[in-house]
Amino acid sequence: MNKELPPGLALQKVDERIMTLNVGPQHPGSGHMRIIVQIDGDFIVACDPDPGYVHRGEEKMAEYRNYITNIPHLERPVIHDSCNILYPYVLGVEEILGLEVPERAKYIRVIASELNRCVYTMYWLAIYGIFLGHSTMFMWPAGDRELLIDLLEKMTGARVTHAHFVPGGVRNDLPPNFEDVCLRQVNYFEKRIKEYAAVFYDNPILIARTENTGVLSREDAIRLGTTGSVLRASGVDYDLRKKEPYDVYEELDVHSNVMKEGDSYARSKIPWLDMMESCNIIRQALQKMPKSGSVRVKLKPNPKGKGFDSVYKRVESGRGSLGCYIVSDAKPEPYRVKLSVGSFRNLIALPYLLKGEKLGNMPAVYWSLNYWPVEADR
Amino acid sequence: MSVIAPNFKFSEFVKSILDNAFWILLIFTLIGIPAVMLVLFYIEMPVINGELLTPFLALTWLADPSRTLPILKAFMTTDLFKIAAFPGFGFAALLAAGTIFIERKMLAKLQLRVGPFYCGKIEGILQLMGDGLKLISKEIIIPAKADKPIFWAAPVIFVATAAAFVALIPVAPGWVVADVDVGLLAVFAIIGFFPIITILSAWSSNSKFPFIGGIRALHQMVSFEIPLILSLLGVVILTGTLNLSEIVASQTHFPWIIFLPIGAIIFFITILAELERIPFDLPEAESEIVAGWLTEFSGMIYGLVQLGTYLKLYAFAALFVVLFLGGWTGPMIWPPFPEEIIKDGIVMGPIHAKIPGLPIFSQEMLNGVLWFVLKTVGVIFFILLPRGVFPRIRIDMLLSLGWYKLIGLAFVNIFIALGLLYAGVLGPGGIL
Repeated sequence: MNKELPPGLALQKVDERIMTLNVGPQHPGSGHMRIIVQIDGDFIVACDPDPGYVHRGEEKMAEYRNYITNIPHLERPVIHDSCNILYPYVLGVEEILGLEVPERAKYIRVIASELNRCVYTMYWLAIYGIFLGHSTMFMWPAGDRELLIDLLEKMTGARVTHAHFVPGGVRNDLPPNFEDVCLRQVNYFEKRIKEYAAVFYDNPILIARTENTGVLSREDAIRLGTTGSVLRASGVDYDLRKKEPYDVYEELDVHSNVMKEGDSYARSKIPWLDMMESCNIIRQALQKMPKSGSVRVKLKPNPKGKGFDSVYKRVESGRGSLGCYIVSDAKPEPYRVKLSVGSFRNLIALPYLLKGEKLGNMPAVYWSLNYWPVEADR
Repeated sequence: MSVIAPNFKFSEFVKSILDNAFWILLIFTLIGIPAVMLVLFYIEMPVINGELLTPFLALTWLADPSRTLPILKAFMTTDLFKIAAFPGFGFAALLAAGTIFIERKMLAKLQLRVGPFYCGKIEGILQLMGDGLKLISKEIIIPAKADKPIFWAAPVIFVATAAAFVALIPVAPGWVVADVDVGLLAVFAIIGFFPIITILSAWSSNSKFPFIGGIRALHQMVSFEIPLILSLLGVVILTGTLNLSEIVASQTHFPWIIFLPIGAIIFFITILAELERIPFDLPEAESEIVAGWLTEFSGMIYGLVQLGTYLKLYAFAALFVVLFLGGWTGPMIWPPFPEEIIKDGIVMGPIHAKIPGLPIFSQEMLNGVLWFVLKTVGVIFFILLPRGVFPRIRIDMLLSLGWYKLIGLAFVNIFIALGLLYAGVLGPGGIL
C-alpha cells in the first residue's frame, strides 16, 4: 500500500468543515460539464472544473474525411458560431491548396462571421441573465437573436449549422435585395441591444453582484493564457481582427473594446459592447462590398495537398482566439487537424477566480468567462 | 413541426366561453349538487322561522325554490363555510390561483412572449388546472436516506400554516374566520413557524443542495422577521390595538400609509424576502443550488409547497392591505340591491315570483370585499413585478440590507409614530 499514487487519485484529508459539491453535469447552473466545488460555509475553498462530457473526437474524425466533407462536422462544436469556427479551417485549406478568394466572397465572409458572433453572444447573454436570476434577460436576447438568425437563414439556408464557408469562397451568393434587409435588421438589432443597458447593465443589483467578483488582473490574464473578451476585460488590447487582420478586416475600421477592471461585470459587458462593434463592421462591409462578381473559386472534385505541409491560421471568434492547425500530405484527407479554442483557454482561469469567492458568485464568475463547454471538449 | 398561435377571432372566443361554461355546468350538476346534498346531511342545521331545519326539511325546502335562499343564508353563517369557503381557504386559494395566472401572463408580456395560451382555449386560463393534474399524477420520489416522516409532513404543515395565516385576515366587516384580539401577535407567531418548516424539510431530505437552501432560508427569514415586526409597531402604536378588524376600522378616513410610508416600504421589502421572491429568491437560486430547499420534492409534495407559497403570498398581500391600505374601507361603489325586488318580487309578464331572503349579502359587505380584492390584487401586482426587473442578490447583501438598513429605518418609523402620538395628531384622542 506504500505505492505512490498520482496526485489526482491520492486520498485527500477531509476537513469536517468542508463540504464537496458536485455542480453538474446535471445541474441548471453548469452546462455540459462538472465543477467540483469545495465550500467552507459560504466560501469556496477549492474548485476543480471537470470538462469532457461532450467530447466527440472531431479532430480524429477530420483525419478520415476529405477537405470538403470536413466542413459540416467541424462546425459542430459551436453550432451558434459555426461560421467563426470554420473560418480558420477554411483559411488554412485555402493556403494549402493555393486558392485566391474573390473579393466579394471575402466581404460576405466578414458579414456572416460578424452576424454569427452576435448570434452566439446573444445566446451567451441569455444564459448569463438566467444564471443571475434575471428571467427577462433570458427571454429578450433569445427573442432578438431571431432577427439575425433570419438574416443568416436568408444567406445560407440554415438557421444554425450554416456550413457556408468553403475553401475558395462561400457556398452561395447573397439573395437579391439582401443588403437592404440586412442593414434594416442590423440597425434595429443595435437599437434593441442598447435597451438592455436599462434593464441589465445599469441595474444596481446586477452591478453590486458582479462588480469586484472574480477579479482577474492584467498579469494573471496574460499568464493564464486567456483570450478574447476575458483578456480584453482585464485591460489587454488584443483583438485578432486588429492585430492579425485576415480577409478584409484591414480595410475595415475595427475598434476593440477594452476595460480595465477585470471583474465579472467587465467580462460580461465586453461581449455586449462587441455586438455593437459587430453591427458597425457589418454596416461598413455592406458599404464597401463589390456589388457583383464571383463568390467562389471552382475546385477540382477531390482536392489534394501538394506535399507534406502544415499551416496554422487563427481568427477572433465569439470566445476569443480560435486557431486551426492543419497538416497535409499528398492525400485528399488532411493528415491532422487540431483546433485550438478560446473556451478551453478561458476555463483555465476558473479555479483561480473562484478561490475565496462566495458560492453565490459561482455562476456569475463561471459564465462570465465566455466559455462554451461543447467547444472546449471538441 | 412548430405550432403557430392562431389569430384572434371573436366567434371562436364566444364559442370557447360557451364550451367552458358547458363543461362547468355539467361538472357542477354531476358532482357539485350531490356534494351540496351530502354536506346538507352532515352539517348542524340552523333555526329558520322558528323551525329547526332537519336535513329532511332542508331537502323538501330545496324542492320549493322560494325557500332556497334562507337555507343558503343560514349555511353561510356556519363555521364550516367560513373556514372552507369564503373568508378562509377557498377564497384565498381562488385568489392564489388568479395570482399564478396573472404572474404568468404579466411576466410573459414583460418578456415579449405569449405565456400559457392553449389550455382552456381562452388565453390558457386552465393551464394551472393542467399543471395540478400533472403534479397529482406524477410519482412521488423520496430520497433513499431521507427522514421519511418529517419529509412527508413538512409540505403538509407548510400548507396548514399558510392556511392558518389566511384565517386571521378580515375580508369584510364581520367576515373573518378567527377574530382574535391579539391578531397581529398571532400573525407574528405564525410567521415564526415558516423557517422551522423550511429547515425541517431541507434537513430531512438528507441532500446537500436542499441543506444549503434551507440554511439560506433560515438566515433570510430570521433576519427579516425583525424588521417586519418592528415596521408594524408603528401601526400598533397609532391604533392602540392588536385586533386586525379594529385596525381596519381605525382607517375609515385615511389609510396609515399616508403617515407611515417608511413602515409600509420596509414591510413590503420584508414581504418579498419572507416570500422568497426575486430579488430575494436565494433559498431557491437555481443556478447555484438547483432548486434550494425544494430540490428533492416531486409530484404532489411539490404541488403542496407551491400551494402553500401562493397562499402565503395572498396572506402577506392581504396583511399589507389591512395594516396600511385600509382593508375593506373605501367609497361606496357597489350599487344597492333594488328595493322593488325585495318588496314585490320579480314580475316578468304573467309570472309573479316573490323571493324571500333577499338580499343575500349586504351592500356594505359586497363593497368591502370589492375594495379588499382590488387593493390586494394591486399589492400582489407590485410583489410580482420585481421578478421581471431584478436579478437575484447575494446572501451578504441580503443580510446587510436586513440588519443594517431595514432595522434602522424601522426605528425611524417608530419614532415618527411616537411623535404623531405625543403631538396629539393621531391615535386615541388625537385631532384627526
